[in-house]
Amino acid sequence: MAFRRLSVALALLGSLAASIATSSAEDRSIVVASTTSTQDSGLFGYLLPIFKAKTGIDVKVIAQGTGQALDTARRGDADVVFVHAKPQEERFVADGFGVKRFDVMYNDFVLIGPKSDPAGVKGKDIVTALKAIEAKGAPFVSRGDRSGTHAAELALWIVAGIDIASAKGAWYREIGQGMGAALNTASAMNAYVLSDRGTWISFKNRGDLDIVVEGDKRLFNQYGVMLVNPEKHPGVKKELGQTFVDWLISPEGQSAIAGYKIDGQQLFFPNADKSGG
Amino acid sequence: MPDHLSALQLILAGDPALFAIVRLSLGVSIAAVALAAAVGMPMGALLALTHFPGRPVLVVLLNAMMGLPPVVVGLALYLLLSRSGPLGTFGILFTPAAMVVAQTVLIFPIIAALTRQTIEDLWAEYRDELNAMHVGPIGRMTTLLWDARFSLITALLAGFGRAAAEVGAVMIVGGNIDGFTRTMTTTVALETSKGNLPLAMGLGAILIVLVLAINAAAWGTRIWSQRLTG
Repeated sequence: MAFRRLSVALALLGSLAASIATSSAEDRSIVVASTTSTQDSGLFGYLLPIFKAKTGIDVKVIAQGTGQALDTARRGDADVVFVHAKPQEERFVADGFGVKRFDVMYNDFVLIGPKSDPAGVKGKDIVTALKAIEAKGAPFVSRGDRSGTHAAELALWIVAGIDIASAKGAWYREIGQGMGAALNTASAMNAYVLSDRGTWISFKNRGDLDIVVEGDKRLFNQYGVMLVNPEKHPGVKKELGQTFVDWLISPEGQSAIAGYKIDGQQLFFPNADKSGG
Repeated sequence: MPDHLSALQLILAGDPALFAIVRLSLGVSIAAVALAAAVGMPMGALLALTHFPGRPVLVVLLNAMMGLPPVVVGLALYLLLSRSGPLGTFGILFTPAAMVVAQTVLIFPIIAALTRQTIEDLWAEYRDELNAMHVGPIGRMTTLLWDARFSLITALLAGFGRAAAEVGAVMIVGGNIDGFTRTMTTTVALETSKGNLPLAMGLGAILIVLVLAINAAAWGTRIWSQRLTG
């Protein structure tokens, strides 16, 4: 009796182990290390089924900040990196971890803030806006996670002539989390925050927040894609990964990116030119 | 997962993505409980019935490991399982197998420590009887484990609860990949970060109901089999 029950339990366990093993043994799949913005905005949810229908390749996306995504790839745990911090990406390729970098698409950053606009920055350019926020000590949420958006924010403080490391006080809050979490935090405390436009458009918990600064040339946000160097990491799925990179920058992939819209608004603008960078 | 639907609508519509997530969550947690029990129960019993120098240290260590921070276990396993790490050749990082390993590490101390306590208490009660019957060490272990089986269900449930509720370790070693390593808890974290708070809360409620149902089933099984075996 007890043995029978035991054997049933073992059989169940065996089938469970088998199902887990088979699901991890799919070979026509690649791992792409990408950013929270591409996932949270829903872009991958739209693009990947189109890619899969054409090539039969499953793309498994790990959504991290750009810094962490590049680190994952540096360890050889991803086949392709798709991120948005050009200087970091170029160093990644120069160090031999990536094969070649291609521009894929861009969107832009927007400064989000409370509708009441306590720092009075609505409609100003980004540099004036940041100076006013710092001067007034208005609450500002920073990603603080070495992501592409965090890097862009730090670069903008420099352009504004503010040494944020010494200027930051209680008003400047580094949360060390993804874009969505930063927007949630800003929403909860009516703070200013720099966001990519895609995540903002698809974000649901806006509370009293709205776009306060947009359209400044300095808010341009370029995305790039790279195959992880198979010479560094022999485990990289070279052909499948390259197929994904090629598709993203092909006319077909580019028009798929342009076709992703939320409430009629286009989130990403394709700009691959094949010359690389 | 469709954004515009509430969790309740997803259940009523029989959303396949939601069911896949629930299946994966339960599958990974149950596999981890089974593995941890297979090692932890005999080890806990052995620790209860033997005396050797350093045993108190081991007991304290095992008890302390019940409080292992999941995120630290996740990070340590990430470094081990990474292709650049010592176990990288297995290529199981970012797969369900890695999540099972992480949860097994987390709940093994719980099951082993609770088993040790249970068996030690029982041993105090049965010592004279088993000694008089000249039962050998292996016999003692199996007799006591079998006799404590109903109490040990609680140890299994404690382990299962920890596994099902945990998010830090599975997020790091699983990668929260859509349709592959996305569990109930990582979905709640993701939907929260998308600002989809009602959907996140609804999914959280489903998870709590599931854990409740499993505990109720375990309780029912216990009552039923106690009646059956007397």
